[in-house]
This record gives sequence, C-alpha cells and structure tokens, in this order.
Amino acid sequence: MVEKNGIIQLENIDVTFHSEGKTVEAVKDISLNINKGDIFGVIGYSGAGKSTLVRVINLLQKPTSGTVIVNNQNLTKLSAKELRVARKNIGMIFQHFNLMNSLTVFGNVDFPLRDSKLSKKERKEKVEHLLDLVGLSDRANNYPSQLSGGQKQRVGIARALANDPEILISDEATSALDPKTTTEILTLLGRLNKELGITVVIITHEMDAIKQVCNRVAVMESGKLIEEGDLLTIFGSPKQKLTKDFVNTSTQVKQVLDEIKESGLINSISGRVVELNYIGNVTNEPLVVGIYKRFNVEANILFSNIERLQGTTVGIMILALKGDDDKVVEAIKYLNDLNVNVKEVNLEESEGE
Amino acid sequence: MSHFFNTYFPNVVANWYGDNGFVTSIWQTLYMTVISAIFAGVIGIILGILLVTTAQDGITPHKAFYETLDKLVNLFRSIPFVILLAVIGPFTKLVVGQTIGPKGALVPLIIGTAPFFARQVQLALVEVDKGVIEAAEAMGLSPMQIIFRVYLKEGLPELIRSGTLTTISLIGLTAMAGAVGGGGLGNMAISVGYQRFENDVTFVSMIFILILVFIIQGIGDFAVKKLEH
Repeated sequence: MVEKNGIIQLENIDVTFHSEGKTVEAVKDISLNINKGDIFGVIGYSGAGKSTLVRVINLLQKPTSGTVIVNNQNLTKLSAKELRVARKNIGMIFQHFNLMNSLTVFGNVDFPLRDSKLSKKERKEKVEHLLDLVGLSDRANNYPSQLSGGQKQRVGIARALANDPEILISDEATSALDPKTTTEILTLLGRLNKELGITVVIITHEMDAIKQVCNRVAVMESGKLIEEGDLLTIFGSPKQKLTKDFVNTSTQVKQVLDEIKESGLINSISGRVVELNYIGNVTNEPLVVGIYKRFNVEANILFSNIERLQGTTVGIMILALKGDDDKVVEAIKYLNDLNVNVKEVNLEESEGE
Repeated sequence: MSHFFNTYFPNVVANWYGDNGFVTSIWQTLYMTVISAIFAGVIGIILGILLVTTAQDGITPHKAFYETLDKLVNLFRSIPFVILLAVIGPFTKLVVGQTIGPKGALVPLIIGTAPFFARQVQLALVEVDKGVIEAAEAMGLSPMQIIFRVYLKEGLPELIRSGTLTTISLIGLTAMAGAVGGGGLGNMAISVGYQRFENDVTFVSMIFILILVFIIQGIGDFAVKKLEH
C-alpha cells in the first residue's frame, strides 16, 4: 500500500446510484488523503458529486466500492454501533443548517451531548462554552426561527463541535448565506482550525470561499477528481479548464476580458495584450516600470488583481504592451525570468469559448 | 328555565336520566371516544413510525415490510365503517365478549380508526425535515433515538393536529356505532330521536356532539400553539 498517514484516507471510492432503471455514477474512483490540521476544500459545480463524496467520509453515504479510513480506522468494516461511535468524531454542518426547530439554541447544542457521560452541570458549562466560542452566548434561549442565517449556522457549528470531533465537514455551509456572513463563517472555521487543531473539509461551488481559508483544494467534475493540490498551486497555475474557470471567476479576469470585448474598447487598444500571473515576492518588483526602463515598452494596465492567500501574494495583471516587436519579446522574456507567467490574450476569440 | 325546557324539549327532559338517558349516553360516547382514541392512537403511532422508517428513503428501509404494511393500511381504510362493524362481529365477540353496547363498539372503532391515524402519523412525520434526520445520523444517533428525539419531537405539533382530526372523526364513528347498538349519543339521536319522531332529542344529541368536537378542537389548537416555534 502507498504510504499515507492522513486523518482521512479515501481509497478508490465509487458511488453508484440505481433508480428507475437508470444508473448514475456519482463518484468515480476517487482517492484522497487529507492530513490532520488541513482545511481541505472540495470545489465543483452542483451535480459534480462533491456532496456525495463528502458523505462517504462519515458513511452517511455507503460507497459502492472503496475504503474509508478515518483516524486509522476502516469505517467500512465497522458494525452499525461502532460506526455511530466513530461518527461522533466527525462533526458536520449543512447548507440549510438542519437545526431542531422544537429546541432552543441551547437545546440544539446540548442535543448531541445527551448520551455523554458528562453531568448536567458539566453539560451546561460545555454548551455555554461552545456558544461563547461561536459568539452566540446571548441567544441561548432563542429558537432557531428567531435567528438569522448566519446565526443559525453558528449554532450548527457549535452543535457539530459538541462531541469534540477531530474532523469538521462543511457541506455547502455558506451557500445559503450572504457574502458578508459567508466571510464571517469562514473566518470562524479558520479560527477553529487554528485554536482547536480540528481538520476541516469544506465543500463549495465558490472559489472565493476556498481561497479564503483552505490550504488544499480538490476540484471535482462529473464524479471525478480532476485536479488536486495546495491552494497556491491551484490558484497560481491551474491546469484543468474547469479549475481555470473557477479561478478566473474568482479573480474576475474573465468578466474584465468579456467587458473589453463587448465595450468596443478593444479597438482603442494597441499592442499585444498579455496576462501576467505571479506568486510571491515578484509582486514587489516594479514590473511595469521595469519593462519601460529596460526595453522602452509601454505597458497599459487593463486589469490588475492582487490577493494575499495564506500570507503569500498572488497577482494577476492584464497589460497591453506597446513598443518595438523585438523589444516586446525581450520584455516578455524578462518577465518570464522573474517567474512571472506570461500568456498571450486573444481578444478576438469568439464569445463563450 | 325548567318551563322553557319542558315546553320546547319535552322528550329531552323525559329522557334525561335512566339506562338509555342523556347522562348515560354522554358517558358512553366519552367512554368509546377516549378508550378508542388511546388504543388507536398507540397503534396508529407505531404503524405510522414503521411506515416512515421502513420506506425507501427512511432510516431503516425495508421494501417488503413497507409494501405489505402500506397495503394493509389501505385495505382497512377502504372498508366502510358500517360494514366493518358487521364483518368483524365474531372477532369482537372473541376479544370483548359482546358485540353490542359501548364495549362491543370499541373493537371496530379501534380497527376502523388506527389505519386512518397511521396514515396521518406517516404524513406528519414525513414532513419532518430530512436534513435534521441526516444531522442526527451524522451525530451518531441510533434509529430508536432518531425516532424518539427527532421524529416525535419535531413532528409533535403536526401529530397533535392529526390526533385532533382523528379524534373528531372518531366521534363521528361512535355515533355510527351507537346507531347499530353501541349506545351513546348516536344511539340517542337515531333510536330515540329519529325513530320515535322525537326531534328535540335528535337536535340536543347533535348539540352535545358538537360541544364535544369544539372542546377537542380547542384543546388541540391550544397545544399546537404552545408547541410551535
């Protein structure tokens, strides 16, 4: 067996559904190794099979074939009772929160603790501590119907943490929330990862969510894992088309290019249009000034986006380079030497390619 | 006051006390309703839970069991109650020793109501958010714990609504059972009021049944209001 030591190891997972004579392969031969302390993002469009895949981790979805190892325990081999014990080590939060409407916020967080060995007083202290952790201490006696979406998800998180799990699965947990609340919830997940050392698996269709907290990313398309790697690699140099789409949507490059094409601005742009991608310290180099000084090439900045991902700068720039043809080639070479990835942009290309 | 009753409801006054009087009839109706509601309630809840949990998307799916139970419930629900009363006569005699009187009415009332209530329970519990059930499974709850802590807890307001509805329709059935020898207000209305042309008796029997229905509806609505958040 390949040497793996992740807290979650999925090996050759297949999930096939049969319904009304139709066979749907939701997950096709996926192997995944998630390390302790990771914030692992799984991104894909709806129907890609990511929710199915993540439900395999706690066996809410039994794989048709394959092995699920969590914490060195092969879950597929456990009895129903042993599996229930193992599940307590895997917290889960959901898109629609899935809180008990008949219980208060306190009751919801206390719910998973009913069978614990804690005394009533210890349980109360624990629930209060958890509510404090997610910033909802003042809402303990409210019912879920009295809370906003973001607050409900905080209750969901507190409830998921009640059994001190080592793993937290987030199934589209921010998809029903507005952008500001999404950021708050993701920040909370990141904080919990740091403070509690909990391993987090996030499923989403938004690259923005991934890039805010994840350190590793897997991209899924029609049941298959098409690309996997650490955030900077995926974000800085995506290989598959779908991955590029996600990154482009997130950085807004695509929108800008479309806009340039549509607005007729294209006619007023002279020179070669190139897209620059760079990671790390390169950013600090005054690129634009540099190529002007060295090669007398004017760079017209059409778009620029610089982000900090996990403390590293990732930049994207679209420039129109104007100058002598050979000088422009030299300038591009100079940029390449600085570890800047330069790509020709064809503005003429047809829409929706 | 008594002059008023003597003038407009002479037969009601005449039939107030006695073995077949109003007081006895009210008690008989209450007896049939309460005892049948308890038994049919318990049986209906158990069957309803089984229908929900063994269904294809339930927590413990079992196709053959579900299909059988589903068909049985439909079958018993399809038998008109008046015919059921007659058909299960021998069985009733076996269980309670008699086929007439309030006691004899209990068996058909329970058998006639339980499948109806089972379906109501099933509908109420199916409404419980699937996501909450999934969350409970993810927390490591056993099927039994999910039934008691999630299904019955989350579905309680809807269960009470169904229970109220079922009890009210049960009162209707007690009237029917009464007419064929079960006693109670139904018997009063038909065998005294209708057959002897004592219309005031029929009218007052109906009023008592309506009062009973309003009280049950009121209790049900109050409980639901208290429970829903």
